[in-house]
Amino acid sequence: MGIEVTGVSKSFGAQKVLDNLSLSIPDGKITAIVGPSGVGKSVLLKLILGIYEVDSGSISIFGEDMTIASSEEEKTSIRKNCGVLFQSAALLDSLTIYDNIAFPVREHLSLKEDQVYQKVWSIIEDLSLKKVANLMPQQVSLSVRKRVGMARAMILDPKVLLVDEPNTGLDPQHGQEVYDLIKSCQARCGFTGVVISHEIPEVFQVSDRVAMIFQGRIFAEGTPEEIIAHQDPYIKQFLKGSIHGPIRIH
Amino acid sequence: MIQVPGMQVARLGRFTIDTITGWGSSWIFLVQVIKSIFSRPFRFRLFLEQLYSIGVNSVLVILLISVFTGAVLAVQAEFTLSKFGAVAFTGSAVALSLIRELGPVLTALMVIGRAGSACTAELGIMKITEQVDALRSMAVDPIKYLMVPRFLAALVSVPLLTAMSIAVGIWGGYIVGVGILGLSPGTFMTQIYSAVAPDDIFSGLIKAVVFGFIFGWVACYKGHTCGFGAIGVNRATTQAVVTASVAVLVVDYFLTSILTQFFMD
Repeated sequence: MGIEVTGVSKSFGAQKVLDNLSLSIPDGKITAIVGPSGVGKSVLLKLILGIYEVDSGSISIFGEDMTIASSEEEKTSIRKNCGVLFQSAALLDSLTIYDNIAFPVREHLSLKEDQVYQKVWSIIEDLSLKKVANLMPQQVSLSVRKRVGMARAMILDPKVLLVDEPNTGLDPQHGQEVYDLIKSCQARCGFTGVVISHEIPEVFQVSDRVAMIFQGRIFAEGTPEEIIAHQDPYIKQFLKGSIHGPIRIH
Repeated sequence: MIQVPGMQVARLGRFTIDTITGWGSSWIFLVQVIKSIFSRPFRFRLFLEQLYSIGVNSVLVILLISVFTGAVLAVQAEFTLSKFGAVAFTGSAVALSLIRELGPVLTALMVIGRAGSACTAELGIMKITEQVDALRSMAVDPIKYLMVPRFLAALVSVPLLTAMSIAVGIWGGYIVGVGILGLSPGTFMTQIYSAVAPDDIFSGLIKAVVFGFIFGWVACYKGHTCGFGAIGVNRATTQAVVTASVAVLVVDYFLTSILTQFFMD
């Protein structure tokens, strides 16, 4: 297994977000984690990365347990296997787009600046970012920032790619572009992918497996086809995007 | 029998818990920052950038307030001392006030207002826009990358700016005292040389270092623990400026008491 989440619970104050959630994310496949807004999908992503601490349970990434890593140094060594594309891309706004992509290379590889340039420039060309390479993140559109975020996440060839709401704030065309990018990168690099989304059915196009979170637990799990064919009224309502049904909108 | 409403007791309890928790977490944060200063990698370029942002960018405003502070001190000292026929001591009054008290305190308050608020706001915005999480996800420790350079830059900038402030303040006092109030230039300078001892300069320098430490600690901690949204950044920035300014004035009293005792012996 790539990522193993076992019996994880997480509360913020009195609000229990995840309740004894268990999930196995297979190696070399893309797993979509779906569910209504506010069920804790992004919280799960941050728990996997060790940004939030679990209240109970464990999370391991390729056998290394993130939850028993007591120091930031231990977590850091596990995180070196991960690339992350955040919802808003989360580019460092004091750096140019080129420097944002080069950032993980400069931090973790002992390369000379001309070697860094070659490595960064090859991914810039792959993702058609040549024209914006010297601009600041705030000078480009969100879809470009997401492509830059993807380049930054992919530059060290991570074993795991975590993607949080890839098409939030994008029109359907640009949203599709991000999904295509995830798919093509996965085909090329073979990483274990986790895509968090509530965009149905777009996310099903890129995923090999789907896990639906509801009421703090994994409510349903299977291939996209199995989830689509599910007869459970909760899943049917969620997939249809209907306001009528057992899922109550608060 | 006095009836205490339950809500008020709960609020008091919450306030007490929050205060103790906040105080404890700020000390834990400080320990993390100090530990990170001594561990690799050393980010010298980031330190220089922050030194520029906090120190160099504050020079103009510090020089401006210092020259006028020195000028005002000269006017006030001359006015007061003339009542006792002691206008000759105007130079030493200006210099001692600036070196021992006004130079370090005014510089610290000005830098907190200008650079401390900016520092907290920048860190807070980085936090709410997930840039801090992005650093963690890239296996980069935000304490080392963001906090240590700012903390060290604050620690170095405030004493340097204080030294400039004192020098320029005395010059401002000299211009007004000699140029406008008609004091003798020789007497003005001689009184400074005879009244100011190395201990005075040393005590001013100690204060400046402590105020730089307070500024770095509070500004970074408030940015690090900033709440969500624009209101979170707003609150963190206000709290940083108010807390650091009050802390500077409170610590100044205790430092003055201790240093006066220490150097009198």
